[in-house]
Amino acid sequence: MKSKSFLVILSLIGFIILLNGFVSENPYFIITKKDVEVQHPKGFPKVVYEFNNNKPTPDGFILGRYLFYDPILSKDSSISCAFCHQRFAAFAHIDHALSHGINSLIGKRNVPAIQNEIWQKSFMWEGAVNHLEMQPLAPITNPMEMNEELPHLITKLQRNPAYIQRFQRAFHDTIINSEKVLKALAQFTGLMISNNSRYDRFIRHEDTLTSMEFAGLNLFRSHCENCHKEPLFTDNSFRNIGLVLDTLLKDSGRIALTGIVSDYMKFKVPSLRNVELTYPYMHDGRFRNLEQVLNHYAKGDFRTDNFDKSILRIVGLNETEKIQIIAFLKTLTDKTFTYDRRFADPTLY
Amino acid sequence: MNLLGNRNVFIVVGAVILVVAASFCIPAKERKGNGGIMLQFVNCIGDSLVRLDSSLYKNSYGQDYSINRIRYYIGNIKLYTKDGKEGYASHEYFLIDEDGSSPNTCYLDVDPLKNYTSISFIIGVDSIHNCSGTQSGALDPVHGMFWAWNTGYVFFKMDGKASSSKSSGNMLEFHIGGYKYPNNCIREVSLNLNDNDIHIMHDGYGIIVIKADIGKVFNSVNKIDFSKISTVTDFHNATTIADNYKDMFSILKIKDEK
Repeated sequence: MKSKSFLVILSLIGFIILLNGFVSENPYFIITKKDVEVQHPKGFPKVVYEFNNNKPTPDGFILGRYLFYDPILSKDSSISCAFCHQRFAAFAHIDHALSHGINSLIGKRNVPAIQNEIWQKSFMWEGAVNHLEMQPLAPITNPMEMNEELPHLITKLQRNPAYIQRFQRAFHDTIINSEKVLKALAQFTGLMISNNSRYDRFIRHEDTLTSMEFAGLNLFRSHCENCHKEPLFTDNSFRNIGLVLDTLLKDSGRIALTGIVSDYMKFKVPSLRNVELTYPYMHDGRFRNLEQVLNHYAKGDFRTDNFDKSILRIVGLNETEKIQIIAFLKTLTDKTFTYDRRFADPTLY
Repeated sequence: MNLLGNRNVFIVVGAVILVVAASFCIPAKERKGNGGIMLQFVNCIGDSLVRLDSSLYKNSYGQDYSINRIRYYIGNIKLYTKDGKEGYASHEYFLIDEDGSSPNTCYLDVDPLKNYTSISFIIGVDSIHNCSGTQSGALDPVHGMFWAWNTGYVFFKMDGKASSSKSSGNMLEFHIGGYKYPNNCIREVSLNLNDNDIHIMHDGYGIIVIKADIGKVFNSVNKIDFSKISTVTDFHNATTIADNYKDMFSILKIKDEK
């Protein structure tokens, strides 16, 4: 009797050990060399960020992924990058007009999606950041967002045994500094590439569009393509689309950065990839849905003097045309990207 | 007896530790062989050394002010020989940080056989280093000399107080940066070494002491009235200050050290 219960306990222990091994080796979170190969999708332009001196490695990517999902990046360790950049929303903040920060603070900009970053010439709505590696510093140090100071963040990482190990694996030395934090994050976010929407498969002759979507594509090409250039669906420029200044937020766009009068109310042309998932829209999330966005253009009621004249070609769209364009825009949703296991939260298991 | 034995062990171990520690502490010659030039930046107001927090200074309008922080970047240091040829060029950046303790010294690995008659450098960080992503050393953003909201380094930072300042807390905040036209605040400084050639001694350094008269930041080509301009933290008025800070440097003395 006694030996029997001993056997049961022994097998139980064995089972736990087995389970433990299984969990830590969960294939869902394993990153292989193949997983960090940088894709250059056919038809895409030359990349801006070439991963110079920062070639992605599995361990570098894994470190970047931990940092992205870890609230340690904020001053009181309460919110992470992923807090606002949700994987299922192409890393935008679904249904939130403005960014959220520590202590329930509300910022003044809509959270943009994170996708195809290595083709971007600048970052943030007014183009304030000129390099992918430097982008995370903006939300990390913004008092309305993570409100963290870099020396404090580095100290927190330096005294965390798990991170000491992860940095060691990723960079093969024991120094933890801002350069490594930023490079690891660039490896992670730089590999977020969306190129497998139904639109992409249609272009590659692997899928079809419905007649309504196809009509939408043609309308899109004649009305919207000037700024939202295929295949990235942005031309990386800054434009004024006739939006009135929000008197509470007082965000007048790029002019605050450059001091050039013609930059008044100019914001970056956002990519329309995964646009179905990234609502609400515009730099301040003022439009709840795509219908409201198209109505803004169709009505032609542009309230600023120096609005970009290329938006005049969208004025006067009828209801059918709007529906067709929206049907097409929804073909830009890329589930392969939003379900990509590489970008899943590693702290979940 | 046993206790004494333990104590002996302690003494021996302690002695070993002391010897090892001492060997690390011996003031080793910082550089061997060819020597070089040490550039030393001394922050002054007029003829006296800057004293942070406690001293009160006056600008050209007679307005009192105190200083609690001075930091700036020096880079692209070049030395020229008598015939005007560039004899030495450094690609390093140095952060001069007036915290009252560090000597603010830049070591230059120069060819000791040449005689140098002039020196030039920039105050600021050139555009390439503002656009090439993350960096370490003096250019690590951890030093608080980097703008995350508008990518680029802060070239010059002076914080203080002035009773005439209309900013909250009578603050003075001059954070100057920007590498793009028309708000480019990089300034090149060229100083004559007054035919006072630096003879590099074998195994020694030539020392060039450069005085930075912080008072000039508010009183040079542009006179700064603190009741009108007390904070400059973006492109507004930035070049006004930059045009002043380029004038703050002068050669204080040159000496050889064996």
